[in-house]
Amino acid sequence: MATNHLRPPTINITPEEYKEMVQSVTPKPTVLRNVIMAFLVGGFICSLGQVIINFYMIYLGLPLIQAQTAATATLILIGAILTGLGLYDEIVRWGGAGGIIPVTGFANSMVSPALEYKREGYVFGVGGKLFTVAGPILLYGIASSIVVGIVYVVLRYF
Amino acid sequence: MAEKKVGNQTVVFKNPPVVLAGYTVVGPKEGAGPLKDTFDLVLKDTYNGEKSWEKAEMKMLETSMRGAANKVNIPLECIDYSLAGDLLNQLVCSNFASRQIGLPFIGLYGACSTMALSIALGAMLIDGGFATKVLCSASSHHNTAERQYRLPTEQGNQRPLYAQWTVTGAGSLVLSDAGNGPKVTTATIGRIVDFGETDANNMGAAMAPAVADTIINHFNDLNRPSDYYDLVVTGDLGTVGLQLVSDIIRKSNLNIKNLNDCGVMIYKPEQDTHAGGSGCGCSAVVLGGYILNQMFKGELKRVLLIGSGCLHSPTTALQGETLPSIGHAISLEYI
Amino acid sequence: MLNNVIPAFIVGGIICVIGQLFMDLTKANITPSHVLVAYVTSGVILGSLGLYKPLVDIGGAGATVPLSGFGYALAKGALEAAESSGLIGAFTGGIQATAMGIAAALFFGYLVALVFNPKG
Repeated sequence: MATNHLRPPTINITPEEYKEMVQSVTPKPTVLRNVIMAFLVGGFICSLGQVIINFYMIYLGLPLIQAQTAATATLILIGAILTGLGLYDEIVRWGGAGGIIPVTGFANSMVSPALEYKREGYVFGVGGKLFTVAGPILLYGIASSIVVGIVYVVLRYF
Repeated sequence: MAEKKVGNQTVVFKNPPVVLAGYTVVGPKEGAGPLKDTFDLVLKDTYNGEKSWEKAEMKMLETSMRGAANKVNIPLECIDYSLAGDLLNQLVCSNFASRQIGLPFIGLYGACSTMALSIALGAMLIDGGFATKVLCSASSHHNTAERQYRLPTEQGNQRPLYAQWTVTGAGSLVLSDAGNGPKVTTATIGRIVDFGETDANNMGAAMAPAVADTIINHFNDLNRPSDYYDLVVTGDLGTVGLQLVSDIIRKSNLNIKNLNDCGVMIYKPEQDTHAGGSGCGCSAVVLGGYILNQMFKGELKRVLLIGSGCLHSPTTALQGETLPSIGHAISLEYI
Repeated sequence: MLNNVIPAFIVGGIICVIGQLFMDLTKANITPSHVLVAYVTSGVILGSLGLYKPLVDIGGAGATVPLSGFGYALAKGALEAAESSGLIGAFTGGIQATAMGIAAALFFGYLVALVFNPKG
């Protein structure tokens, strides 16, 4: 804000009053619609994952753990391709968290910066930017799993 | 003693420079909006035949610069200065386009208020006797802005309902000391006003106080009645910012009836941009297209444009800073 | 074997709804990236306390596909490796268990970036 010895803004409103004005004029999110869409889109993607796991177990005879791993990789591939086709951002536009939270959203968050910064080359562009959004997820996820492991070892042996 | 300065922030031009012509280039989304027939060139896609969006924006700006000069058959060499700006870091779009044009170049950053800023300065150069002809331009591109300010373009994201869509557009105006056309009669340079908005998606709310401050100063400095102008148009406040600025100036006893916003005018609600358009190109193409057309036709005789700019960066937003903003006003009168 | 698909739909849907409410009802500077970090960390913590396993038993993919499931896999891997290999296992277990997710995302991401161009 302008310092005291300069001419203050000519507006007859205090910053606090202005905050209230902004609150009343700014449109609020359509929470109910967003929640319903998130439920439908998120539910669909998860059930697709379940169908893929079932397929790998029944038709390819994989045991559960391998089927789950293969299904994760399959969903990641699907998310990556849909991102490349320019379709995944539309899915998230409508489905919100239903598109962001499943692992396909994680794939989207890795692939989209790689696509975007392709123009800046494959080392600094694609390579450097691949983890811009996924980085914090991996950092905090792996770091907290290490903490959990250490706590377990300490509790176990002391 | 500054003879042409009036009041706190306004300059009255003794020999008001004439706007001879404008040229506008827009992307497909703008070309599908309500103002689609007012643009000179509508691109088929956002790449414009180039390998990257940055190159596309540079080509758009160069096209609009050449187009404006060609419209009035003025060879580029006759123009004294080119004033241009855009949203990209280091103003690269304007730099590279101006490299092709080859004129003495002044790069400007006013965020989305750049067009109004460049016209104000261009008019000062002419009225001050420093130039006879000036080219004033500004551009923005939705995808280059997204890459730089927000998220990669293919990243899934739900934009809030008050967010705005950066306009893909470039507009140029030729200003001259003589000729036929609407004249730039006054300019009010704004000062940075910050009322503590932190949400970088709600730029309308961040910019409204700065724009209101400039409007009030303009009318007070010149002692003009609130119905002096046929149209008072802000740059890119969007639906939220337009409502807010209208409320603020009403509380300051300024009752402006013909208040509108370029960001609100450029898109239809069905295009689902949420709160309307934004970006340097927004005010540039609406001014260079629709508004100039209406003035040449005689439908609008006095127009006040207040370009609105939000002067933050992604870094300051991440550091938790607020969004300081500015508004620059220029008045166009067909006298 | 469709009788585990419906629970997956419901559990997955509910987990996503929680995220949507977070995004809509909190202040604007809580971005989707913040929500995802919260999800993966919650998955690790709930998984380590044994509170996530019931969700996996009921919902199957509905609990493992969301990013909290990724956190659960990290915790499970870290705990199992800590059990068998002590302190070294605490470090290696998480990444080992989720290696496929990370490797696939990296590899397929790179391939897709090679082939496609952003459309904006």
